[in-house]
Amino acid sequence: MGGNEVLAERARNWGRFARSDAARGWLLVSPTALYALLLLAAPLATVLAFSFWTQDFLDIDRTFTLNNYREALAEPLYRELILRSVLIAGAVTLATVVLAYPIAYFVSFHVRPERKSMWIFLITIPFWTSYLIRVFLWKVILGFNGVVNTSLQGLGLIEEPLSFILYNPNAVVITLAHAFAPFAILPIFVALEKIDRSLLEASRDLGESRITTFFRVTLPLSVPGVAAAVLIVFIPTVGDYVTPRLVGGPDGLMIANMIQTQFLRLNNAPMGATLSVLAMVTVGVISLVFLALLARWLRVKQ
Amino acid sequence: MKSPIIHLTGVHKYYGDYHALRGIDLDIAEGEFFSLLGPSGCGKTTLLRTIAGFEDVSDGTLLLDGKDMEGVAPNRRPTNMVFQSYAIFPHLSVAQNVGFGLRRSSMSKEAKARAVGEALEMVGLGGYGNRAAHALSGGQRQRVALARALILKPRVLLLDEPLSALDKKLREQMQNELRRLQRQVGITFILVTHDQEEALIMSDRIAVMFEGEIAQLADPQTLYRRPATRRVAEFIGMMTFLPATVRGQEVEVAGLGRAEVEAEQCPGGLSDGDAHAGIRPELLSILFPGEETTRRVAEGVVEELTYYGDMTYYDVRLEGCERPVTISMKNMPGRPVLERGAPARVAWDARSLVIFG
Repeated sequence: MGGNEVLAERARNWGRFARSDAARGWLLVSPTALYALLLLAAPLATVLAFSFWTQDFLDIDRTFTLNNYREALAEPLYRELILRSVLIAGAVTLATVVLAYPIAYFVSFHVRPERKSMWIFLITIPFWTSYLIRVFLWKVILGFNGVVNTSLQGLGLIEEPLSFILYNPNAVVITLAHAFAPFAILPIFVALEKIDRSLLEASRDLGESRITTFFRVTLPLSVPGVAAAVLIVFIPTVGDYVTPRLVGGPDGLMIANMIQTQFLRLNNAPMGATLSVLAMVTVGVISLVFLALLARWLRVKQ
Repeated sequence: MKSPIIHLTGVHKYYGDYHALRGIDLDIAEGEFFSLLGPSGCGKTTLLRTIAGFEDVSDGTLLLDGKDMEGVAPNRRPTNMVFQSYAIFPHLSVAQNVGFGLRRSSMSKEAKARAVGEALEMVGLGGYGNRAAHALSGGQRQRVALARALILKPRVLLLDEPLSALDKKLREQMQNELRRLQRQVGITFILVTHDQEEALIMSDRIAVMFEGEIAQLADPQTLYRRPATRRVAEFIGMMTFLPATVRGQEVEVAGLGRAEVEAEQCPGGLSDGDAHAGIRPELLSILFPGEETTRRVAEGVVEELTYYGDMTYYDVRLEGCERPVTISMKNMPGRPVLERGAPARVAWDARSLVIFG
């Protein structure tokens, strides 16, 4: 009898839990939580684990070691690749945000309200084709006999085809800046849209011209959007490997290409994992420093 | 009247096909508290924004302090504005907001800080300088907006419905403060409002606007007592309109009776035939039992009443008139509140009538 009572008690408790807000909450988040666990947390944990193991011919030696990190940090090639990745990603971010701001500004301030969504839609059209195809298109545009060179030669502006625009870091910057433009335009556009237009009128009313109003009101108020754009562009471009592989040439290769090589060519998954972790840590540290500096700058302005 | 600080002649404003301002002629004197009053969409805000320079004049001229403002940007006009939304810069502190317009001035840093402190003191926000702008209440934002505009010592301060977002108590307090502030600084204030009571309380003169035109331009008392048109009369305060017949100087008002009227009681002129007689609720009174009067008396029945505490508003149906008249009575000791259906004797004067053709 006692056992039955315990079971009944449990069933009652379960019934109460199933009807509670907590149960409903768990039910609601479980698909996303499961997704995050399986597809984000688990692979990350695996990569982290691999970075402490050693490749032993075809097997993995699962004893904990920091050798990979020692080796990776001692090897100048890896350091140079990470530095180059950060510099290229920085250049891409700068170019993208500087070019995206005027576009976002134009759509937000000079397009009639009923047309804005159409403009945003048009800006996202490049996403309709594959990333790979867009990179190949840039090869056609920037190539030795590409659109740019033949046009400039046809116009008589240059004698020899320009060689600094393909198979080097410049090409990587141009291609990535184009690919990531919508990612920068959208957050800046949203930040500009949120600015109360009467603030701009107030600034004009208080004696500032259009230009000084931009620097005293519009720009500071759009900083959150710019910061979001910087992070959204910088973080993925550091780890990009398709673009450097296709248009970067030998000097345009980045850390992701080395990680790919470690995993697939050199059959050294632990070293690939170690480089991945190092790249992640670098990106994380740079992003945090950027956010901290931004927060401090905003506080100083206050 | 002192020399006009603002002078408008034949000002028109078109938005595409929409005719927002239809020939505004207006002089506003230096140091005046002037109100633009009207329902939404009447063009009062457009007129204010035209003076500020945010809208250009489609036709006509606008002189500010004797200078033509054609093509002059808002930042080069001697006007400052308090916006309806207050437009407080959220990324700046209170002091930075108030000192925003001082950047170009030649004052020293210390002088600027002192001016900001004085401006904040003037609007009752002394010591609030270091607060973040987003941490302010509605009333405080309003004061910051005022200080920010007044610190630049404009020739004209433009106020775009500055009190409409505040609750009733705070609004009444700010109405008094604005009036006091205006007397203190002596700057011309132009207030846009849709609240007739606010306009009456605060202004030296009021322009009532309908559909892009000024319907009447007068001081509060004239506006209330002698509205120029029936529409103005309906917009300002409460007025009952009774059918009337005009013969010569004599008017036969339904329910009230015969009366002789003066020319000034007939803003549209007096012509024989059908007309309407307007009368304010407080100019009629109910005679309670035992009260006698030398005024004229009409008989009626209480149809509806609304009790406000200090006042009771009665709708009384007079004999021989379909439409009830509204009468307001002060509630005083010994004066009963009549019930629905009670007979009522109504005292009135011929001078209280306004006749509209």
